[in-house]
Amino acid sequence: MNYWVLSGIAVMIGGFVLRLNALVVVVAAALVTGLAAGMDLTAIVSAFGKAFNDTRYVSVVWIVLPVIGLLERHGLQERARALIEGLKGATLPRLLTGYLLLRQITAALGLTSIAGHAQTVRPLLAPMAEAAAVPESGEEAERIKALAAATDNVGLFFGEDIFIAIGSILLMKGFLEQNGIVLEPLQLSVWAIPTAIAAFAIHAARIWLFGRGRRA
Amino acid sequence: MIGLPQVYLLAGLAFAAFGLLSARDASNPKRWGNAAFWGLLALSMLAGDRLGDFANGLLVLALVAIAGLGGLGRGAAHGSAEERAAGAVRHGNRLFLLALVIPLVALIGTFTFKALPQLVDPKNATLVSLALGALLALGLGMVWLGARPAEPLQEGRRLMDSVGWAAILPQMLASLGAVFALAGVGQVVGDLMSAVIPDGSRLAAVIAYGLGMALFTMVMGNAFAAFPVMTAAIGLPLLIGQHHGDPAVVAAIGMLAGFCGTLMTPMAANFNVVPAALLELRDRNAVVKAQVPTALPLLAVNIALIWFLAFR
Repeated sequence: MNYWVLSGIAVMIGGFVLRLNALVVVVAAALVTGLAAGMDLTAIVSAFGKAFNDTRYVSVVWIVLPVIGLLERHGLQERARALIEGLKGATLPRLLTGYLLLRQITAALGLTSIAGHAQTVRPLLAPMAEAAAVPESGEEAERIKALAAATDNVGLFFGEDIFIAIGSILLMKGFLEQNGIVLEPLQLSVWAIPTAIAAFAIHAARIWLFGRGRRA
Repeated sequence: MIGLPQVYLLAGLAFAAFGLLSARDASNPKRWGNAAFWGLLALSMLAGDRLGDFANGLLVLALVAIAGLGGLGRGAAHGSAEERAAGAVRHGNRLFLLALVIPLVALIGTFTFKALPQLVDPKNATLVSLALGALLALGLGMVWLGARPAEPLQEGRRLMDSVGWAAILPQMLASLGAVFALAGVGQVVGDLMSAVIPDGSRLAAVIAYGLGMALFTMVMGNAFAAFPVMTAAIGLPLLIGQHHGDPAVVAAIGMLAGFCGTLMTPMAANFNVVPAALLELRDRNAVVKAQVPTALPLLAVNIALIWFLAFR
């Protein structure tokens, strides 16, 4: 057993720890792994080039950008903000739970970038959460803001995989296909639904407990 | 028959447009870097099959060189905040309706084209439908919103700039997975794992896969990087091969187990560290700490879901 082929994984870890450009790290890991497996440089470059060409559909998702950009230019994000602001006046748990649900549903429809830490959490959700909760200390305000950011991440991660044309679904399709298993994106994305429901239940319960813990 | 070649043609044209607009974008100090990057990607989409493996490899190295040397910049946005706010009021929920055209067409097309194998390649019905949905939404949007012809491509270029080189990271990680597979990385990790996993135990294999995805993701900071390695090591040989698990369930929920790892690591900087900075929190890991109590039970649920759903 040639354990040296694992050196590529070490390169990946080292590269990410050192915060190097991820693309450079990936190519370095491929080179190190190929050399460890006894391939020559030309063979490694060719193998990577072939794989890159075979997996082009992973990057096809970007053809939706002109439409999303057009809608944003005409106020899509502002409209989304108005929708969230409609939740104003609610308690902290209701506000965060409503946002979680909205984030999951929109992400499941492929609208991953209409919300986010820069777009909605900092300008809207965090201040609204603070306003709804009226924290008694700076420490508590920090916890509320962190929970708001966490709610955005949970909503995004466990909503987006229901959409059929998201990068991770296409990565799975590409990987399985290279191993002789041909699946349609929809066959994969339906299996993200049970986890999405569980994620909502667990995180909403935590939000509710957080709110109750503050009142007590 | 409509299939991947036509989708690649469309994507190639879109990237070519992003490249050309970048070249003419005086607001971007690194416009030639952007033009070269999107131009090379356009070349890959349009002519990748004719380039040959080695030339494709060189194309990848050129892309990486541009990104690695910091050659990509960002151009300015067009349109003012007042314009957008006015648009939001004028168009209202119609904006959501237009955004919904893409997923709806993708979904309906996937089912419809399955019944029309002579018209659309059934293996790629979803990608063809996605492309159709994007075109239809674009056409409707142009008419409904009264947009100028160059607007969508210019806005697409703006969004593409903001994504930057990360746009090809998933494709690069998928390709790395292929090189790992050639070198037998999955087998070695699998051998190491099988020393830990009791022989023939389905439960142990399921747990090792779910935990492995989460842990590996925490180390790599990215579930995309963990997926090819763990699935080649445990998912394919044990769960799918030996225990005849449903590959769709194993892959999809395995990836989500990895996402639980993403919630628990500062390595996933853009999700966990950047917001702490944006919200001016004193504790850099405050967001991670807020997420761990959700991530751990959800990881357990994912492992249970693979156990119950993959072996029906």
